[in-house]
Amino acid sequence: MADLTILVESDPLAVRHALVCLQEAALMQGFAPDQRGRIEIVLAEALNNIVEHAYAGTTGQIRLELSLRPEGLLCQLRDSGCPLPDLQLPPGQLAAFDDCDLPEGGFGWFLIRTLTADLCYRRDEGQNELCFLVPGNPPD
Amino acid sequence: MDLEAIPTPDLLLVRVLSERIDAAGAIQFKDRMRELSAPPGGVDGNAARIPVLLDMSRVGFLDSSGLGAVVAVMKLLAPRRLELAALTPTVEKVFRLTRMDSVFTIHPDLPEPLRHVG
Repeated sequence: MADLTILVESDPLAVRHALVCLQEAALMQGFAPDQRGRIEIVLAEALNNIVEHAYAGTTGQIRLELSLRPEGLLCQLRDSGCPLPDLQLPPGQLAAFDDCDLPEGGFGWFLIRTLTADLCYRRDEGQNELCFLVPGNPPD
Repeated sequence: MDLEAIPTPDLLLVRVLSERIDAAGAIQFKDRMRELSAPPGGVDGNAARIPVLLDMSRVGFLDSSGLGAVVAVMKLLAPRRLELAALTPTVEKVFRLTRMDSVFTIHPDLPEPLRHVG
């Protein structure tokens, strides 16, 4: 049983609204500002990936479940969009760059991988399930 | 995307009035920056060479799409310089983790004379 469940329509403005509401939620208030920031970054990347790639312009819903754990905030996202390519999590490495050839994308999975632990993905009965922990001490 | 451009003798100050540069606003941000930084005298005038300083003090959140848009603006302005000022903690974190803090000149605060202009 999650501590907080949020249903988000597959739309960038709906994602923005959900993230703004989450920052106001009682669940978040005991976290330090730094951890609230990390949670917001990771959830923004995970939700926007689903909007842009899994649903890719089609309508759909994302179910976001958040649970407080002694070691951090456990996040679980489910959607009914397209599976990840090869049913694999992208490597999410930061591309090598120089000042003449700067990347404008490819930061999303890097940020998710950098800021989370226990990242896992599975495809189950036509749904994507992404699960990870944002480490850090939750409120008592 | 709410942006305000304030020309000064040495630089073009662009103040971001929106609280977020995210996936829902990244394209708009890029388009507005392109409009605001188009020099009135054309690309050969003096205004085409002065740096653009982006005041980020009101932006509490930026995601990877927003970061990509800031990088894209830097590229489209080149060789004119784009510098950033007054990143808030979460925005600073995104720049630092992706190492984009090494690409941009980032000022901790706006220069004192510019804090109250506009």
